Amino acid sequence: MTKVTMTVNGKAVSGDVEGRTLLSSFLREDQGLTGTHVGCDTSQCGACVVHVDGAAVKACTMLAAEADGANVDTIEGQSNADGSLNVIQQAFQDHHGLQCGFCTPGMVMSAAALLKDNPKPSETEVREYLEGNICRCTGYHNIVKAIMAASGQDVTAIAAE
Amino acid sequence: MYNFEVEKPGTLAEATAAMAGEDAQALGGGQTLIPTLKQRLASPAKLVSLSGVAEMQGISKDGDALRIGGATTHGAVAADGNYPALSALAAQIGDPAVRNRGTIGGSLANNDPAACYPAAALGSGATIITTNREIAADDYFQGMFDTALDEGEIVTAVSFPIPQAANYQKFVQPASRFALVGVFLAKYADGIRVAVTGASNEGVFRWAEAEAALGDDFSASALDGLSVPADNMISDLHGPAAYRAHLVKVMTGRAVTAAG
Repeated sequence: MTKVTMTVNGKAVSGDVEGRTLLSSFLREDQGLTGTHVGCDTSQCGACVVHVDGAAVKACTMLAAEADGANVDTIEGQSNADGSLNVIQQAFQDHHGLQCGFCTPGMVMSAAALLKDNPKPSETEVREYLEGNICRCTGYHNIVKAIMAASGQDVTAIAAE
Repeated sequence: MYNFEVEKPGTLAEATAAMAGEDAQALGGGQTLIPTLKQRLASPAKLVSLSGVAEMQGISKDGDALRIGGATTHGAVAADGNYPALSALAAQIGDPAVRNRGTIGGSLANNDPAACYPAAALGSGATIITTNREIAADDYFQGMFDTALDEGEIVTAVSFPIPQAANYQKFVQPASRFALVGVFLAKYADGIRVAVTGASNEGVFRWAEAEAALGDDFSASALDGLSVPADNMISDLHGPAAYRAHLVKVMTGRAVTAAG
């Protein structure tokens, strides 16, 4: 076992992990942060996307030991300080950007990473950025719409086909 | 996954020492290796994580060449822009989260027959710089998942001569988004290079006939009389050998047109 220490959602945490412990397992099982979902465990679906030192990564495809010393942000740290939904989360609610909700944490984390680098993405850019986030309810139109709305753009023209 | 130890060296010297251990395996970004370990297709005793090795990070112009550290992510190469065709290629690998972890050194060390970077390295006549030596791309790729790397040898950097013009055309396998066929074409003062990934059972290869034809006439029509033998092409549920052979020519033509 190796001791790892990292900052998760602004709080210093530590734990003993095996070499093979995935970051997703550490967050979910050691830290109890089960908002990071594991959908496929094969790096395809993106439900486990978190930010490591500001970059979106798939937590099921990174070792916890590799996140030692890093700043990790998960869906649990996304809400505003008063506990209300942040702009992206609120937009997902307003535009019905989820159906079953399983992929939503990864979608929100990917959206946050996109908007940080590209505050006013085009619809095409949003769709391209979400290539590694799969919604098996196929609710993509409203997810894209929600992200466009969260970026402050007018979404009335984007039809929910 | 079977369990293993993880070492996180901070310098190349420490990484080399760590790799000398029994059953040690270098870990780049892990975007291929971790899924492989999950399937228990590999069982190293120790993973040597290269992400903290400072000497292996970053991109720098070195005269007419672009030197990219082995631990540089696809995302960083995509954002660089000093070699536009290479950046465009990197931007098509995996998805944004995968590009934030996957590294050029990891990709080249693995030499997946459908990976994109081998086409860029071979198509650019790049030099693979390792802990022991410098290897010309023409000598480096030795077949599917096989390279000139020795046990414990690490790809520390890759040096790409920047061409006059270049383009990468990737025909995406719709499920995996790997290249069903990918063609990297680069035009240098001393000739044209055409490297093909995804197609052959031998892994990445150069299409010499196309290089010669395009050297005389740099236009897609220069390829009209050529054909690629299907003999050694990959045949699977995504496409038979003849289809891949055909795609090599089609994608090469598109690359010529796009490179201008």
